[in-house]
Amino acid sequence: MIEVRGLTKRYGDRTAVDGLSFTAPPGRVTGFLGPNGAGKSTTMRMIVGLDAPTGGTALVNGKPYAQHRAPLQELGVLLEAKAVHPGRSAFNHLMALAYTHGVPRRRVEEVIDLAGLHAVAHKRVGAFSLGMGQRLGIAAALLGDPAVVMLDEPVNGLDPEGVRWVRELLRGLAAEGRTVMLSSHLMSEMAQTADRLVVVGRGRLLAETTVDALVERSADKGVRVATGEPARLRSLLAGPGVTVTSAGAERLVVSGLDTRRIGEVAAEHRVPLYELAAESVSLEEAFMQLTQDAVEYQSVDAGRAA
Amino acid sequence: MSASTSTATPPVYRVTGRRVVRSEWSKFWSLRSSWITLGVAVLFLVAIGSVAAALYTPDGPLGGKDADSGAALTLALAGTNLAALAVGALGVLMSAGEYGTGMVRSTFAAVPSRLPVLWAKCAVYGPIAFAAAALGALVSFLIGSAALHGEPIALSLGDAGVFRCLLGAGLYLGLVGVYGVTVGLLVRSTAGGIAILAGVVLVLPGLTGLLPSSLGDTVSRYLPSNAGQSVMTLHASGDSLVGPGAGFAALLVWAVLLLAGAAYRLRRSDV
Repeated sequence: MIEVRGLTKRYGDRTAVDGLSFTAPPGRVTGFLGPNGAGKSTTMRMIVGLDAPTGGTALVNGKPYAQHRAPLQELGVLLEAKAVHPGRSAFNHLMALAYTHGVPRRRVEEVIDLAGLHAVAHKRVGAFSLGMGQRLGIAAALLGDPAVVMLDEPVNGLDPEGVRWVRELLRGLAAEGRTVMLSSHLMSEMAQTADRLVVVGRGRLLAETTVDALVERSADKGVRVATGEPARLRSLLAGPGVTVTSAGAERLVVSGLDTRRIGEVAAEHRVPLYELAAESVSLEEAFMQLTQDAVEYQSVDAGRAA
Repeated sequence: MSASTSTATPPVYRVTGRRVVRSEWSKFWSLRSSWITLGVAVLFLVAIGSVAAALYTPDGPLGGKDADSGAALTLALAGTNLAALAVGALGVLMSAGEYGTGMVRSTFAAVPSRLPVLWAKCAVYGPIAFAAAALGALVSFLIGSAALHGEPIALSLGDAGVFRCLLGAGLYLGLVGVYGVTVGLLVRSTAGGIAILAGVVLVLPGLTGLLPSSLGDTVSRYLPSNAGQSVMTLHASGDSLVGPGAGFAALLVWAVLLLAGAAYRLRRSDV
């Protein structure tokens, strides 16, 4: 579990993270979403104690990360920036980290196999492709068999097979009851991996929600109908709370009725339908809407406070 | 494929000082640059020392009637300054190098209390640098002894003070290694760290001439390079050097100051 409360980081007069609060609970994949420069990486660095917060706290399983006796067993992290000496082999890199905690060599070999690095384990990391470097970073994050896994842009540089591997891996880790948090600036990536979403912009929390809630939001955009008798269908469907708009010669968009009801009405009156489909906005659009709303709520709050 | 270990009960891991030392030891030896730089340091000691001894003639600057009885050691240890540069540079690489590659983020994510890493780096590298330098000094002296056989200045390993000087050379370079590690952590830049170290070892002693002479002499004697000379010189002559005990104490004081500075920066600054 990761609990972030009022976390703030200022560099001079620039505020990178501004009073951020959120929770990443166990057993779920929490997506940390926001555009580049939103403060995601800085937040993650503060969670693992690399940067000291200007204000607020970040707790990992109830304690600041640095106060744990075996930090790598509490939280495994993949940071966005390179964190490996290019002259060392993948095996030696992982061994060096393993030694600090008394993690056995067997476990190092296990994560090497898990990350698909077996064939290159004894090559210098400097010769690795971006994708292999990413796999090594993920292997390092899993080394201590941690209760929390936190990955910054894990699919960066991975090929499609690698992307699928990361997705399945993370879902599997969450299914085992671990806390999984991953950051991305791509909504589409999050939709396929995360259950929960923490959306940030300019260092502030814009929304803490679930992917399901977002999907629900995006579902209600009306039903697309194509028929040979649009005018007749239009009058048949008319009623309180129903709006029908024309979207071409034979096309209508109906809101306030679901596909089932429209189909029944059409069958009853023998109106032929060529198409009947629930329209949905893309998650990306819903996400934009959501963040817009969040920004508006925030400014209203600010107005009330003033 | 599961990410968990096959064991039924979760293993109990824990960070300890000894384990951090083990980790730093493995980090040191798993880089080719460590082997090369350490080899270069030993090579400087042995090659320069034995060449100096081989080129010795009684009419040369160190010969003559009033030749210093410690001249054989002076010749054998002629490569110390250059070796100090190599040893110090390797110390800087061990610490500042991690900032350059980003390895430092992995290091401090594993040991977020940070200070154990500083102690471990010094505890690993100080003794390694000491052992390599003492060995290099010994080999250089033995080769030199063979070359100087029969000369009036010839010394043997059993002569009074010889062993202390060779050991002193090892201790001096071991501490220069520690200086390198700490300077690297203070400036976090490999190039900057090596430049500072080279300046302190090679250039600074010459600059004390700019100070008023009494003050300049006092300061000069306690600079790392001159204090280092005192621990490996058989007979400190004139005012330029303090005795070996005082010299060693000065070297330790420098180490403590640098360690304190590095520890402070490590605790206070973001990685």
